[in-house]
Amino acid sequence: MRLQVSTRLAIFAILELTARDGRHLSVAEIGEKYGVSSHHLAKVMHVLGRAGLVRSIRGAGGGFQFAGNARRTTLLDVVQLFEDLTAVEGAAAGDATREERTLSEVLGEIDDIARATLGSITIATLRKLVDRRPAANGQHLKTGVSRRRSSPRP
Amino acid sequence: MQEAVTVNPAVRVRRVKAADLPHVIALDTRVTKIAKAEYWNGIFSRYGKQRSDERFFLIAEGRVGQSAASFMGFIIGEIRAWEFGSSPCGWVFALSVEPKMRLHGIGSALLEAISAEFRKAGVSKMRTMVAREAHLPMLFFRSEGMMAGPYIQLEKELD
Repeated sequence: MRLQVSTRLAIFAILELTARDGRHLSVAEIGEKYGVSSHHLAKVMHVLGRAGLVRSIRGAGGGFQFAGNARRTTLLDVVQLFEDLTAVEGAAAGDATREERTLSEVLGEIDDIARATLGSITIATLRKLVDRRPAANGQHLKTGVSRRRSSPRP
Repeated sequence: MQEAVTVNPAVRVRRVKAADLPHVIALDTRVTKIAKAEYWNGIFSRYGKQRSDERFFLIAEGRVGQSAASFMGFIIGEIRAWEFGSSPCGWVFALSVEPKMRLHGIGSALLEAISAEFRKAGVSKMRTMVAREAHLPMLFFRSEGMMAGPYIQLEKELD
């Protein structure tokens, strides 16, 4: 499964904001770590804000703060804001032949598994998995978003 | 068994006793809405009394003062070897916590206790199976660090 750059950025931004309770960061601070422009990240934060997952803090030292429940918000909740995960189901509805319906059924199985996996990982769980890994150098974090579009390891 | 490393110090995990069975049956009936006392009696015979070095039926109870204890939940698992080509591995096939006592580390204490038993028996991997739509168990096992394994469960309707 491949995620768009905006989707990956949204997940990374939330992970940064949940690294410490009540932490708030500017888009410039997050953008610097992942090697992306503040302009691009601001659009992502706007989508997250509309979904109630982040809130903006105004004034000097302001930025964004996580506003959701890290133990209840899943990766699926975030990914669905940026990706259309119903594409295969939509195609299946218009299938006319047995061949098309059969292929859609197989692709639907893959989709179901992807949705179940994304829906089973909360932000808190992902944060825990990140924290268990030894710290990596900053370089691979930057290339993870700006140059490589493939999805992270499952 | 040695007592588990307690995630929550108010929880004690121990081997099942015959006196626990009514609590297990009552909890399962409330959670699943299906009464199956005969099944649980069979499970107790096989997992509570036999081959205790590789079968584990554990109970979580609350520590209230020094004596009285309240039933909080249970976990059952065993070590299986070479099925599906798998080397020896610990399987967890039942875990349930009293609904009113959830989110207090009881499930974690049970899982940690059975993990310790599996490790002591010499296996280094633990597995379970969860229905895709069973959201809460899935969230729980994921939060405990369990990831998708190398097997895919397959099935078909029998005509």
